[in-house]
Formats: sequence, structure tokens, C-alpha cells
Amino acid sequence: MPLKPSGPDAPDFSDPRWLSAWRELDCRLPGVQSVFEACADSTLDRLTEAQQHGLWGAGRQLGKMGRGAAPVMAWLTHWPEVVVLMGDEALDDVLALVHAMNRSPNSAAIAPMLGSLATAAKRLGAADGLRQYLQLVQQFMQQTTGSIHGHQQTLPSPGLVPLLEQVPRLLQLLSLAGLRRWVEHGARVHRQHPQHQADYFGLVSDDSIAMLQRQRHGTLLVDVQRTLNMSLQALCELDVPLVPLTGEDAGAGRVSPALQKDASKTAEHTSLGLPDVLEPLHGVDALTRYRLMLLHAAGHHAWSGQCVADNWSPAQRLAVEWFEDARIDRLLLQRWPGLRSPMLALLPPVQEGACDEAHFACLRHRLAVFNRAVLDARFAAQDPTLQGFVREFEAAMQAKANTSTMAELALRFVARTRRQSDQQPSVFFEGTQLDWRDDNRHLWRFIEDGDEEDTQATPRNDAPHELHSLPPRLYPEWDCHSQSERPDWVKVYEYLHPSGHASDIDRLLDQHSGLRRRLQKVLDRLKPQGRERLRRLEQGSELDLDLAQQALIDLRSGHTPDGRVQQHWRSNSRDVSVQLVMDLSASLAERVPGSEHTVLQVSQAAVAILGWTLAQLGDALALGGFHSNTRQEVRYMHLKGFNEPWGAEVKGRLAAIEPAYSTRLGAALRHGARPLVQRASSRKLLLVLTDGEPADVDVSDPDYLAQDARQVVRELEAQGVFVWCIQLHPAHEESVRTVFGEHYTLVDRIERLPQVLAGLFLRLTR
Amino acid sequence: MSNAPHYLPQGDEVALYQAAYAARLPVMVKGPTGCGKSRFVEYMAHQLGKPLITVACNEDMTASDLVGRYLLDAQGSRWVDGPLTQAARTGAICYLDEVVEARADTTVVIHALTDHRRSLPIDKKAETVQAHPDFQLVISYNPGYQSLMKDLKPSTKQRFVAFEFDYPEQAQEVAILQGETGIAAEPAATLVALAHTARNLKGHGLVEGVSTRLLVYAAQLMAQGVEPKAACRMALVWPITDDADIRQSLDHAIEALWA
Repeated sequence: MPLKPSGPDAPDFSDPRWLSAWRELDCRLPGVQSVFEACADSTLDRLTEAQQHGLWGAGRQLGKMGRGAAPVMAWLTHWPEVVVLMGDEALDDVLALVHAMNRSPNSAAIAPMLGSLATAAKRLGAADGLRQYLQLVQQFMQQTTGSIHGHQQTLPSPGLVPLLEQVPRLLQLLSLAGLRRWVEHGARVHRQHPQHQADYFGLVSDDSIAMLQRQRHGTLLVDVQRTLNMSLQALCELDVPLVPLTGEDAGAGRVSPALQKDASKTAEHTSLGLPDVLEPLHGVDALTRYRLMLLHAAGHHAWSGQCVADNWSPAQRLAVEWFEDARIDRLLLQRWPGLRSPMLALLPPVQEGACDEAHFACLRHRLAVFNRAVLDARFAAQDPTLQGFVREFEAAMQAKANTSTMAELALRFVARTRRQSDQQPSVFFEGTQLDWRDDNRHLWRFIEDGDEEDTQATPRNDAPHELHSLPPRLYPEWDCHSQSERPDWVKVYEYLHPSGHASDIDRLLDQHSGLRRRLQKVLDRLKPQGRERLRRLEQGSELDLDLAQQALIDLRSGHTPDGRVQQHWRSNSRDVSVQLVMDLSASLAERVPGSEHTVLQVSQAAVAILGWTLAQLGDALALGGFHSNTRQEVRYMHLKGFNEPWGAEVKGRLAAIEPAYSTRLGAALRHGARPLVQRASSRKLLLVLTDGEPADVDVSDPDYLAQDARQVVRELEAQGVFVWCIQLHPAHEESVRTVFGEHYTLVDRIERLPQVLAGLFLRLTR
Repeated sequence: MSNAPHYLPQGDEVALYQAAYAARLPVMVKGPTGCGKSRFVEYMAHQLGKPLITVACNEDMTASDLVGRYLLDAQGSRWVDGPLTQAARTGAICYLDEVVEARADTTVVIHALTDHRRSLPIDKKAETVQAHPDFQLVISYNPGYQSLMKDLKPSTKQRFVAFEFDYPEQAQEVAILQGETGIAAEPAATLVALAHTARNLKGHGLVEGVSTRLLVYAAQLMAQGVEPKAACRMALVWPITDDADIRQSLDHAIEALWA
């Protein structure tokens, strides 16, 4: 049948092979012809006769299956690649799977499955691996194809198509065994829930990504993050958060570390991005690679300055980066000589003259040779210009050069060694990528906006949450002038506090790990052990042998024996409920003098430690914060209830507290103490954490609110609640004394707040 | 004391101690563990030519352990003086090491000795021992270990004059290592650099950094021919922490510093 030529490079239709191939394919579905023309040219040359027959024959079967043109097109596009890689031994298995899919409700997955074959073949290497992959797909299909009545399979597998679409990406990251484990986990866990299954296999849900990370071979950054942080602290006295970076094609290419210094108005945030997974390279294990990256970046942080980038060409900037990196590496080797062997193992063995100047731009290669001459003492450059620059570099190192000196040297290097061939488009890259060096984004300052890509990560602005509150409760307020209560005077709205990141609180807790360790020792002693022994009783339940012996010795030696020789066992259990009410007024955002933390952060740390302490002891704790905006709107933010466990949710709420408005203490105490009063504990403790005297925008009399708070405290104490205040600001001691009497602690050095809070709690509830 | 103890002064503490002794003031030496507190007291006792009685305090120590007790033997009972009473009678320097470990009722015993009365009442004998004119009381106190329940009461703390000790400066620590063990200057400098990296981790996972005493142990091991990295691990890493991540970081520091 005649073929119409189409496209500018019309194939040669007089070639009889074309005609016979087309006849063998025997497919008139729309779209197949163009795909055929695209692939036939290359396949006719690369495949043998038998393979071609296999290709066209199978294509014909696919066309006749009645599933449309998509399977045929996928087949024609991808199968030739597979055949080129490993021959067509697996052809029968593929066709068997296709037929199995055809008979099942999963026929929509045939085209994606054929599409995944090329990547699978590339990654798995041998035909056997491909067969195992096909078995995996078939098994998964059988496991997850659903049925309504439990007998026939009538519902297509929800996860099959997403899985097949993700297979190319997955096989980049995982081995086949890892893929099998990941797939089996998803099939098992989400067997009953189709939507979750589709999300899992589409790599949308969190647990699928987490499971994926766990299966990756190599060392994950999140596993070694803690030890890297400690190395950074120990060796460089630097505390910078480490952020995992994933490359665009997910692991195939190299991800370079990135030292990000964001200087905003309030503070300087530095973070170091490292590749999220690393494997051993050239005999150096992944952890050592991470450490080299870490130390190199820390070296930049400590010893590198910034250069203005606008006046220099890209080639000049490249040279400046290389020279500065070499200087940092030399300084590292001076300070820590043990880094020499891993560094030299990872240094690519570039040779002079390896770059062909006729076809490639050799600037990178020249810089790499210079770099090797400077770092590796066993290698000497032959070119006299390079040797001259090596000598100048050594002299500069002796003279303790800084970034600008190095930059000048680098610019002279570019000027002296410039070649015409540097303008060529193809760049010689081999041996010019050093594993541990970062991308030097911190080195450059751009005055004008250029067309360089923006490498700074934009901070996300999460939209503020809408707060929903319970309907307001009305509370009375005490009027000290008329010595009576004003009924229903104050409206208190209770809100569930929005959540932040629980990891912030964990980080604060880690900073105080020394305190936690000491507290743990104390808590181990305080924890109710069940029974407690009371000694030295005149009347007890049993005889204490040690004391009885002592008494006998005293008697025999002619002294008056001590008659308290009995002891008694009693069951010891703690029955304490604690409610902590935090003042969240605007004065919390002030910075603590002499430190870089705000009062808010220190309060968060203190409350976190208290929460942890009480969780250890098993006591009941409730947390709340308050601030007020006139008497019509006193907000009480619920952070933790008595029945909620101390966990990520509570920590998240604690991390998100924002100081604002004023302090109307009395109303907050009335509201906060309500659940406490209703509890049945034998000891009830109300702790108030505040840094200012009670004040509100609609009250001009300074004593009014203080007297009201005093009245509340008296009422609560009459009801059996023990109230204690922790005052953070020394100037307001008088008003605190008015309100709380002697039941307060003044914390003048805010850094001691966590310790004071924990110690206070322990002393009050001993 | 047969040999003179080696001590390298960090400041003017020798002269200050001599002044305190001249007035027989009770002395408190404060500082982290292993930084030379006990060695200082021994050295000063040797310099002043006075005998030194050391008591290591622990939680089970009762007042009678310090003051003395009656013991039963075949002839009946006899009174045996405790170390504090001995020192008070004979005019020695009594050194109570880690006094805060002892129970609160034990430390009150020393109250009478440390003010102008300088007397020690012994209830069981109904006797009051008047301290010898040469008697002095020295206590050591490690502020880093204070648990929240156990601390010296202000009434006890205010009876003493205090000396603050810390780990020596780099050059001095190298000199101390060389003096104690005889190793060369370069490995000594590397050991001190390693100690500094561990001390940077104090508060970030380590309760206390590496003490000078552990450095001396490491140097002694190296003088015996142990390979430097193994000696450092044995003396500087394994004793101070069991946390795997901290051990890895310190191992890394060892790998980085020893070529």
C-alpha cells in the first residue's frame, strides 16, 4: 500500500525493508504511522533481522489487542532501546505480562509499562534483571487488583499506573531490591485504601517519600546529621543548620554543597546545604566525604570574604573561585593534617596536556592542573607559566593572604594564560570537579540585577491561620475602689493555638541537654518507686536492724541509746497537677540584654523543659498562654490540656507562640485555673510566667488590675490551689509582691530560667 | 610526702593561698574535674611544710565519719578520731574533696570549725576540741555537677574564700604534659588541640570536656609506645561519653589531627 511522505526528511520509501516492516506491523491506528517513521530508520540499521521480526510481530499483536494506539506507540518507541542494550531475550516475558494485563482490568497500564522498559533496562543491566522487574510488576498487579466480591478481579489496581509512571525516577534512586521492598510496603499497607495507594505510588504522600529515603543505598544526611553537627561544633565552634539537598534528576548528577548566608534585617541566618545521600567514592566512605564538605564550607565561613561580581567576566569569576578554594583547602590541611589522605584520594588525577585545545575550551582544565600542583606535593606542573603561578601562590600563603589578594592573583592568572580556544562552546570537564567543594555562592555580591540565576532560596510565607475560638466566657472583675466584684465584666475567648514546627522546640531542648541530664538524675530519685521507707520512728511497723544494732552498741558502751529504732514502709505516689499560664504580651519579643535570644525563646525553652520533666515524672500538666486587648477580648491560647500527651502536637503549638497585646492577669488566672480546680489531685499548682505587671489599654489606674489579680490569687488559694509566680523582669517586683505575696521567684538572668523553673517545680512538689 | 608534687602555677594562686593560710582562712577550690585542684592543695601543703589529710566525700558519709566514733573491741569501747578531728588536733590541713556529695547534715559539722570559734564539738564525748593554730580547712567544689536538689547552702558557702580553677592555657598545658610524661612538644601540642575540640562540645552533648588528667594518661600511653590514635581513643574518647554520635565526632577530630 502506498505511503505518503511526511516531514522534511522524508524517508526513502522505495526501500523494500520499509514496506515489509510496515506490512508486518499491519497497524492502521491513528498516530502509529508517525511513530513508525521516527523509529524505523534507526531500528532498521541497528537491529538484526530476527530482532526486527520480533519487534514488528509484537507490535502487530499489540495493535490487534483492541486497546488503542498507545501500547503500540510506546512499544515502537522504547523496545528498540532495550534490544540494543540487551538483546530481545526478554521479549517473551514482556509479551506474557502484556497479555496478563490485557486479561485483567489493568489494561490501561500496558502503555506505561512498556514506557518504563527502557529505563529499567538501562538501570538493571542484564535480561535477568529485567525479568525480575517484570515479575515484580506482575506480582504487584495481582496483589492490588481489587475485587468487589472477593472472587473475580474487577477493579483495576489503583497504584499500578502511578507506579509505572514513577519507575524511571525510582530506578535512578534505588536498586531492584530496594524497589521491591518499597513496592511491597505500599501494597501491604495501603491494600484497603485506593486513594492512599495511588498517593503512595505517585510519590505524593509523606510516608512514601520517607520509605523511599529509607531504601536508598548510600548514607543519608538525615542519619548522620547529628554527628556532623557535633563535628562542626567541636572542630570549628560553629552551629549552623544542615539542610539536605536533592538534585534535579534525583541523584544521578552531582549536587554541590551550598553555604547560604541570608542576612536579613533582624539576624543573619546561615545554613549549609549538603547532598541528601552519598555513596563511597574512590575508597573514601560517605561520612568522610560529608565531613570534608562540612569543613570546607566552615573554612569559607571563617576565612573567606565577599567579592563584587559585576565587573568580572564568568571566566574571571571561575578563576577567583578556584584560587580561593585552593587557599581554603591549604589552610584546612595546615590545621588538620589528617585530612590529607582523604583529600588526595578524592582529588581527580588531572594530567597536563589531557585537554585538546583544538576542540575544547581548556580554562577549567588549566585551573584543575594548577589546583593539583598546589594541593598534591607529589605532582609538579611542567608548564613554566603554571610553575610561576604556583610559586606566587605559595608566597601568598606564607604572607597569610586573604580573599582579595587571591582574587588579584586569579585575575592575573586568567590574563596571562588566556587562549583563543577558551571561547569555544564545548568545555573540557573531565577531572575538574572536586567532590568536597561547594558552589561558592556566598563569595559573590551582585550590585546590579543580572541574568544570573537566583541561587538564594526564597523564604516561604505561610498565610496566617484563621483562628476559631470557643464562644466567650464572662468573668467578673474585682474593683478595689468599691471593694466589690463587677459581674460579667470580662470576656475571655479561648483559642486552640495554631501549630508551628515541633522541631524548633526539639532544637531548643537540645541546647539545654546538659540541664536535662542533670534533671534526669534528680527525677530518677523523685519518681515514685512504689514504696518509701521512713526511718528513725519511735512507733513504726517494723524494727530497723541497723539502728537497733547501733542502739545496742551504745547501750553496751555505756551511752544512752537512741530509742527511734523502728521503720515504716509506705506507698509513695505523686499526685500533682500543674497548670502553667504564660504571659504572651508584646514585651516578650524584646531581646534579653547580653544575649541573642528573645525573652520569648527563653520562655519557650523553659516551658519545654518543664513539659519534658513532668512527662518523665508522670504528673499532669496543662499549658496556656494569654494576652488581652481591652476587657472585651481577653484571649486565652490553649497549648496543652491535662489529657493530652507531651508530644509533637503540643511542641508545635509551643513553637508558634507570638507575643502581642497586653496583660490582663486576673481574667487569665480565673480562666486558666478552672480546669485545675476541677481536678481531683491532692496537690494543685498554678504557675504564672510573666514579665510585666498587669496592665491593659482600657485601664488607666495602675493598681486596679494588680488588686484584681491579688483577689484572684487569694480566692484560688482558699480553694486549695497553690499559686506561684515566676517574674522575668526585675523592675516589676513591687507589683508582683502585691499580687502574689511571698509566692514568687524573680529571675534576673533570663538564661537561668529553664533551670529555675525546673528547680522550682521540684522544690514545690517534693 | 616523699616527693615534691609537680605543679605549674596558672596565675598568682600560690601567693594568694599563702596569704590565706597566714590568716588561717578556710579555702574553697572550685573548678572542673581534673584541672589540678587536688594537685594544687598537695603542692601548697608541701610548700608550707604542713601535713595534709584528704577525705573523699560521698553520699553515705555521716558526721561520725568525719568526727570520729566509738569502736567495740575485746577490751570494750574506745574512741577513734575521724580525719577532721585528727587534723584539728594536730594542726594539719584537712582537704574535703567534692564536699557537696556529702549529705547536708554532714557539712554542718564544719560550720563551727570555719568561723571565729575554730572549735569542733564532739557530742558523743561531750568534748569540744579547740583547733590547733596551724589547722586549716580546704574544700573542693565542682560547680558543673550541681544537681538541683544538692547544692551547698549559702551559709556554708560564705564561710570560705574561693579559688577558681580552669583548664590551663594552651602553652601551659603543653608544658604540663611534657613535665609529667616527657613526650615531645609536637605530639603534646596535638593532644592539647584535641582536648580543645572536645571542650568545644561541652554543653552540646558532653557534660564535661576532656580534663588535663586524661591528657596526661594519653601522653603516658603514648610514651609506652601505644599508637597515638589508639591512645587518644582509649584515654580521651571512651571514658567521657557513650553517645555514638559524639564518639564519631571525636574520632573524626582524632583522624583529622593525627596525620
